[in-house]
Amino acid sequence: MTWYDSFLQQLVDGLVLGSFYALVALGYTMVFGVIKLLNFAHGDLYMTGAFAGFGGLSLVSGFLGAGWLGIFVAMLLAMLAVGCLGVVIERVAYHPMLGAPRLSILITALAVSLVLQNAALALTGGQYTAFRTDLGFGGFNLGNLFLSHNQIVLVATAAVLMIALELFVSRTLYGRAMRAVSIDKDMCRMMGINVSAVIAVTFFIGSGLAAAAGTMAGAYYGSIWYFMGFLIGLKAFTAAVIGGIGSITGAMLGGLILGLLESFGTHIPFIGSEWKDVFTFSILILVLVFKPTGLLGKSEVERM
Amino acid sequence: MDRHSPPTRPDTHEPRPRNPLQRLYAAFESPGRRRALHLAIIAILIITPWISSQYTTVILTNALLYVVLCLGLNIVVGYAGLLDLGYAAFFAVGAYTIGILTQQFGVNFWAAIPFALMAAALAGVIIGGPTLRLRSDYLAIVTLGFGEIVRFTARNLEITGGASGLSHIPEPSLFGWHIDSSIDFYYVFVVLAVLAYIASQRLFDSRLGRAWLYVRHDEDAAEAMGINRVATKLAAYVIGAIFGAIGGIFFSVNLGAISPESFSFQQSVLILLAVVLGGMGKIPGVILGAFIVVLGPELLRDFGTLRLLIFAVLLLLIMLFRPSGIWPEKRS
Repeated sequence: MTWYDSFLQQLVDGLVLGSFYALVALGYTMVFGVIKLLNFAHGDLYMTGAFAGFGGLSLVSGFLGAGWLGIFVAMLLAMLAVGCLGVVIERVAYHPMLGAPRLSILITALAVSLVLQNAALALTGGQYTAFRTDLGFGGFNLGNLFLSHNQIVLVATAAVLMIALELFVSRTLYGRAMRAVSIDKDMCRMMGINVSAVIAVTFFIGSGLAAAAGTMAGAYYGSIWYFMGFLIGLKAFTAAVIGGIGSITGAMLGGLILGLLESFGTHIPFIGSEWKDVFTFSILILVLVFKPTGLLGKSEVERM
Repeated sequence: MDRHSPPTRPDTHEPRPRNPLQRLYAAFESPGRRRALHLAIIAILIITPWISSQYTTVILTNALLYVVLCLGLNIVVGYAGLLDLGYAAFFAVGAYTIGILTQQFGVNFWAAIPFALMAAALAGVIIGGPTLRLRSDYLAIVTLGFGEIVRFTARNLEITGGASGLSHIPEPSLFGWHIDSSIDFYYVFVVLAVLAYIASQRLFDSRLGRAWLYVRHDEDAAEAMGINRVATKLAAYVIGAIFGAIGGIFFSVNLGAISPESFSFQQSVLILLAVVLGGMGKIPGVILGAFIVVLGPELLRDFGTLRLLIFAVLLLLIMLFRPSGIWPEKRS
């Protein structure tokens, strides 16, 4: 295998990883855009989505099978369920806190994250749950490059979801309201926009995308557990920051960049796979310190 | 509080508290009663291990360790108002420095302590220096990132023993007194907790403590009055780091073994939750929080894995219905 083939293989791996990061990062960035809240529980919604997808698949696999169709339906069910969960979380936990000091809201978000994690821990006993599918490991070779069908479907699904989101935000009435709310909530209220409804829709979509990523990750990697949301939550936040938090295109871009950086980073001498996470967090810190607005973020004149 | 007057002592010119809980707290805050309470608590702390089981002593030792850690984090979060989600990193730096120096280089425990403290203070400067200008939620994430970097580094390096960590860390002795039994360590932690309490109280009343209060309430006004914003916050970080390292130093010799998983994000969260639960900035509240966080899961042990869930739900409810904690700092 030449360095060129290896390069392409890393590119494919990076794209797969980046699709997960991008989908999760979108939820972070949307929620942050609308209510300026860093939703710590977002990674755990991804985890909940994986379990919801698992539950959905066992529900529908009887008559749809555990192939692509079954997983697709399970993914839609998971998106719906976790989307509603996101709305409930917003109503119950975040909505009463919106006027509170920032520190209190952050800690509330942390508490929500712990509730989700420990609920999953109590339900599974902390064991890995096998996510069995009939997808197999088929694929085809392009020269020395091996592309599995799963990778292609996964990246394509992620792309479709992201394009749909982009169209929703830029073309529909709710999307326009969402953009308006992220600029000035009080003015929106005066213009007759139902701000609470817009926030609820934002949480629904963000949580649904995390659930989609969770289900796909479960099906792709084959096992799920209660703690799977923590690291990806952090990394997706990194992706959102790289792209510029609050910017939807930025989150997609940031997710792909981070996925590629990690995939290539593990092959740089002295970094290797065991230093991969240190590498990612170092990127996060460097970006936050030197360019906190990210690639596409708007510069905010705000003191801490 | 009037922004231009220095913070007043909490026990002067207070309106009569209305609800019974507030009255109870107020009763503890008159100076005479406070002294009596201090003496009573110290007496209880000294007597307890003689009348309780070894299990209880070990749990109480852990609770006292948390008192030290929580008082340290309280300086960062409660006094200076900076959210630190990677506090376990300082705890780890203290523990690992002692572990490496005493176990691998054979340095005397007491001689190694200054190095551990210096390492922690340096870590505080490294983490605080570049990040203190960031917005509060970015700061939270950066500290989280640093915490994870420290843990991953401890797991990947050879000198820190990799994933299995360090074991056989020698027990210290002091003037011929070999500190090894659980009761010995209990008393060591009693002394540490009392020292941490006194230091916290004195810092709160100091010039620096008032500067933290000022910066927390209105940064711009504080700077206009000649307070160096960044230096003040950095001081909070470094002092908090030293408290954490002291906890880590004695934690490592108490257990005799440390591993990266002792310093995970969950550890940082637990310490933070104790501070928030008790009441940020309020020393007795924070101590109460530390005891709740350690004793709560023990009391709920019968519930198995559900106990963590019950605990998490309780925390959420407290944040929603009593966001300033069980024993909040008074504001006017």
